[in-house]
Amino acid sequence: MHTDWTIYLTLLGVGVIMLLPASSKALIRCVALLTGLAGLAVGLADYVHYNRIVGELIAATGSGFVHVRDVPWIPALNSRYHLAVDGINLPLVLLNGFVCVTGILFSWNIEERTKEFFAFFLVLIAGVYGVFLAMDLFLLFVFYELAIIPKYFIIAIWGSTRKEYGAMKLVLYSFVGSALVFIGLLAIYVAAGSQTFDILELAKTPVGRELQFWIFPLLFVGFAVLAGMWPFHTWAPTGHVAAPTAASMLLAGVVMKLGSYGCFRAGMLLMPEGLELWKWPLAWLAVVGIVYGAAVAMVQQDFKFIIGYSSVSHMGFVLLGLMTLDVYGLSGAVLQMFSHGVVASLLFAVVGRMVYDRTHTRMLDELGGLRKTIPFAALTFVVAGAASMGMPGFSGFVAEIQVLIGAFRMSPWLAVGAALSIPITVAYILNANNKVFMERDKPHGGHGHESGNGEHEGHSLPPITWPEKIAAVILMALLVIVGLYPSCLMDIIKPNVELFLRGLS
Amino acid sequence: MSDHAQHLQQLAAQQWLIPFFPLVAAAIQSLLPRSARRLSATLTILAMGMSCLLAARAFWATLPVGEQHDEVARAFFNFTWFRFGTTALEFGFILDPLTAGMALMVAFVGFWIFVNATGYMAEDENFTRFFCFLSLFAASMLGLVVANNLLLLFMCWELVGLCSYLLIGFWYFKPSAAAAMKKAFITTRVGDIGFFIGILMLYQHTGTLTLYNAEGTGALQQAGSLGQLAGWWGLSLAGTIALMLFIGAMGKSAQFPLHVWLPDAMEGPTPVSALIHAATMVAAGVFMVGRMFALFTANAGDWVMDFVMWIGCITALFSATIAVAQFDIKRVLAYSTCSQLGFMMMALGAGGLVAGQFHLLTHAFFKALLFLGSGCVIIGTHHEQDMRRMGGLRKYMPITFWCYLVGMLALAGVPPFAGFFSKDEILVATYHHNKLAWVLATAAAFLTAFYMTRQMFMVFGGTWRGGQHDAHGNETTGHDEHHGHAHHEPHEVSWNMWLPLVVLSVFAVFMGWLGTPWLAGNLFHHYLAPEMPAPEHANIVVVLSVVVGAAGILLGWLIYGRRPMQHAAEPDPLAGTLGGLFTVLNRKWYVDELYEATIVRATQALGTLFRAVDKLVVDGILHAIAWIWWGVSQLFRWIGDELIINGGFDAGCESVRGGGRLLARLQNGRVQTYLRVMALGAVVLVAIYFFR
Repeated sequence: MHTDWTIYLTLLGVGVIMLLPASSKALIRCVALLTGLAGLAVGLADYVHYNRIVGELIAATGSGFVHVRDVPWIPALNSRYHLAVDGINLPLVLLNGFVCVTGILFSWNIEERTKEFFAFFLVLIAGVYGVFLAMDLFLLFVFYELAIIPKYFIIAIWGSTRKEYGAMKLVLYSFVGSALVFIGLLAIYVAAGSQTFDILELAKTPVGRELQFWIFPLLFVGFAVLAGMWPFHTWAPTGHVAAPTAASMLLAGVVMKLGSYGCFRAGMLLMPEGLELWKWPLAWLAVVGIVYGAAVAMVQQDFKFIIGYSSVSHMGFVLLGLMTLDVYGLSGAVLQMFSHGVVASLLFAVVGRMVYDRTHTRMLDELGGLRKTIPFAALTFVVAGAASMGMPGFSGFVAEIQVLIGAFRMSPWLAVGAALSIPITVAYILNANNKVFMERDKPHGGHGHESGNGEHEGHSLPPITWPEKIAAVILMALLVIVGLYPSCLMDIIKPNVELFLRGLS
Repeated sequence: MSDHAQHLQQLAAQQWLIPFFPLVAAAIQSLLPRSARRLSATLTILAMGMSCLLAARAFWATLPVGEQHDEVARAFFNFTWFRFGTTALEFGFILDPLTAGMALMVAFVGFWIFVNATGYMAEDENFTRFFCFLSLFAASMLGLVVANNLLLLFMCWELVGLCSYLLIGFWYFKPSAAAAMKKAFITTRVGDIGFFIGILMLYQHTGTLTLYNAEGTGALQQAGSLGQLAGWWGLSLAGTIALMLFIGAMGKSAQFPLHVWLPDAMEGPTPVSALIHAATMVAAGVFMVGRMFALFTANAGDWVMDFVMWIGCITALFSATIAVAQFDIKRVLAYSTCSQLGFMMMALGAGGLVAGQFHLLTHAFFKALLFLGSGCVIIGTHHEQDMRRMGGLRKYMPITFWCYLVGMLALAGVPPFAGFFSKDEILVATYHHNKLAWVLATAAAFLTAFYMTRQMFMVFGGTWRGGQHDAHGNETTGHDEHHGHAHHEPHEVSWNMWLPLVVLSVFAVFMGWLGTPWLAGNLFHHYLAPEMPAPEHANIVVVLSVVVGAAGILLGWLIYGRRPMQHAAEPDPLAGTLGGLFTVLNRKWYVDELYEATIVRATQALGTLFRAVDKLVVDGILHAIAWIWWGVSQLFRWIGDELIINGGFDAGCESVRGGGRLLARLQNGRVQTYLRVMALGAVVLVAIYFFR
């Protein structure tokens, strides 16, 4: 398998874009798109391959890992350049590929400093690929930081609404999280005798119980900050709102998954005893986040804030699933990472690209009746909204029901608490849908009041372009495919989750 | 395995075809251009016809044959959907009398509603989309009926809800429709929390969601053992799960206190009201309770059955009182639907599975008839829905009138129409179970007869009161002349609208005879549940129900028929008698206002509170930390940098400047000095080299 090529190809794309003249914007876009497609193709090929061999692999080696590349990197620290793939990170690599391609398509209209935008964008993508693949704590941390820097520039340069504040808040939160993570990683490294940074090696000999008790929350919370765990979530809505469309898609789509993935890979795998001690409070924090995020989303007036808070709510399901330590809950959590990545990307694309770029407002009271003028956006929102509210037939349902089954096994009250969010989610999605796409009796906000007639002005909105349509169709198709045929991902997730759980006991 | 059983098995494996045809039709239509109206309607109706034929074939196969009289003909077909946790999640289809009867009803009634819709929607520009949604709805409803897996049932259940959402809000540009669609979805979704938890509990304790399987380990086949385990709130485990599922059914079947969405759902086009909010979707809750009946009855000591009965009973009476004071022709029917669904639930709660399901079937026919009839009236009167501005339509719309009359008599429970027999069965079942519930139900039956009579006289009796827009007092003659006289005179509707009425009327007349104890000992009972004992008959119930029905009609005639309304602005005669109570009923007991003031307000407040917490507490702490950090930095700058370090720095600068001066002197351009320095340097280097 050559999954590491996702990183190299993406960085190669960055290099090519850097060499191109800034004025040839069309060429830059095409190169970026090709780069994204190349990464996605590598991911897909490896997915197909892995899907075929996973059974034999586990039977033969007792482990779900395929070691893609494992060479010494910094001998002084015993750090290795170790990349590996299993059924947990492969769906996320795929997700990153899809979000990258569709994000580029949704950024087709970026005219300001196009070259830098796509360069930063692809660096971020490469960093994310790296985090998902790295099996060495030090390497993981390097990639993790690599992913944070471009976020700041993308938001601060191409963002909107209080972009400096949002960017600063996001980066500070991220770095505080990183600091916690870094302390945690170092503590583990030192406690384990400074012999290796390799996750799989470290997992074999967990550090002492006392140390785990202190380090686990440090490491877990450090990562969970990026996953939007309550009460460390406030970067997410402001960051999402300030970010340009593609960056919101990346933030909610994959960067939040970096957090939850880190929680799983570095936190839970290395410190099973700390996990056992802390899982109850963390599970309840997740439930609080689920309901809290949904409730706040319901009273928001800014369309993008609604989606931002909904991400907090949905990422709560991931964290809850992780804490269940149950084959259902964990599989559900991994599937939810994928599902939410797709749903959130789609929702942010509708809000940021399809609606905001055309009407220049995101306030619910100023919008209305857009179903008539941009019907495709309405369709996309209904599909993404349905997936978001856990309608059967879409991926979110399959993921959330598994998380809830796992939570129910842990304690029925966790499941009941999380289920309370169901009608609230419906309420905010439908409320947004009504206010933005239906009810036409409102003055149409934003640009061009010359006609003075809301209805006619609505007709002047530019139509949905082909790149937008293609990208939206790709994401919607993913939602439906995973929703109707979950086996396509569950077949690789489940055996690996089982192995992980067997390793714990 | 006998030939018959094998045949059933084969048919069960083909059950998926029943929802398949409408699903394909919906898929094709979603791709059709807006102009393909005729093709779209033809596709929808053909697909539904196919489903209807398949359902009829399945129904035929489940009819009792020969000697197998004491066993339910049940066959199922399961297959793996995906590996789910430690086990494979199976999906499957079922064929048994409950499913077969329901599927045939849905497909048949749906077929005729679709035919009617071609007329009702004839002038709508989004005709194609409407039929696409209708097909999708039919597919999901039929999928729900044939599902042999609670999860599949739930998926279809949600899809049905989604289609209902789309169809209620079909005229989305009306703010009232947009509000109604939202309300319907959210309210049913509240009930779904219960359903969802029920599913989780069932899975947790049985390890499967398949209802029946060949090994006998299906969820329903384990109901007996679940009945022995303890659950929550003094119920057995089976009872707890049943209660949770029932909460879901309360949302879908609009049972008190989750009934509020159904009347508002009348904002949708009338065929939608007929299909979804009378005949099929709202019946899904009742059907689901029937399907999961084994859980409800698993432990005889559980109070869950009483709960079902009382909720049904309260709904039946409560909605009937509201229906008395409504003026919108569709709202009267909507509350009557709530009320009838209450009757069905009450029957189920009283143990009358057969009675409940039988009423479900007969009610579907005559309520679809009534709704389609009201649709004809609305079209015939040029989109008038207020009964006060109707009247005298008997003269203008004779076919509609006669069909509507049949439907009304069936609903009012007049023998020998269908509703009489099915309602009678319910009353008998309730009578044996709980006398108080029976009395209340009989009162509801009285009100039913009364409000339907009221509606008949207001709509069809008296003289035409349309065109008297006196409420606003500006009905201009100029307007009349402009649009021509014909525009205000009601007219009979086209054949594709009245034909379904006629067909449904036939069933509204004759269908009840299938379930009467006086004809071959209750055929329907033997069909649906041969293993259950038929309820004993009670003459007092029958007599009283006839008397009450007659009294209701008589009272209706006394108030509304004897002296018909003359003028649209006239107050309702009942308003004078009942006074303030009439207003309370007209405003639906202020339940909406109550919810608005409590639940909606509370949830909003919670959200606002959380938002404030985010802004003030979470971000407040964050900002405080940032400020403290900034302050500390400033402190460092003042005390540390400015005083100590900078002080030193300045001094250092001085010394550097001094050093500079010194060095500058070295570069004064005098060669001697350079040589001197070079020599010194050489000496030093040599010294270092040797003494190192």
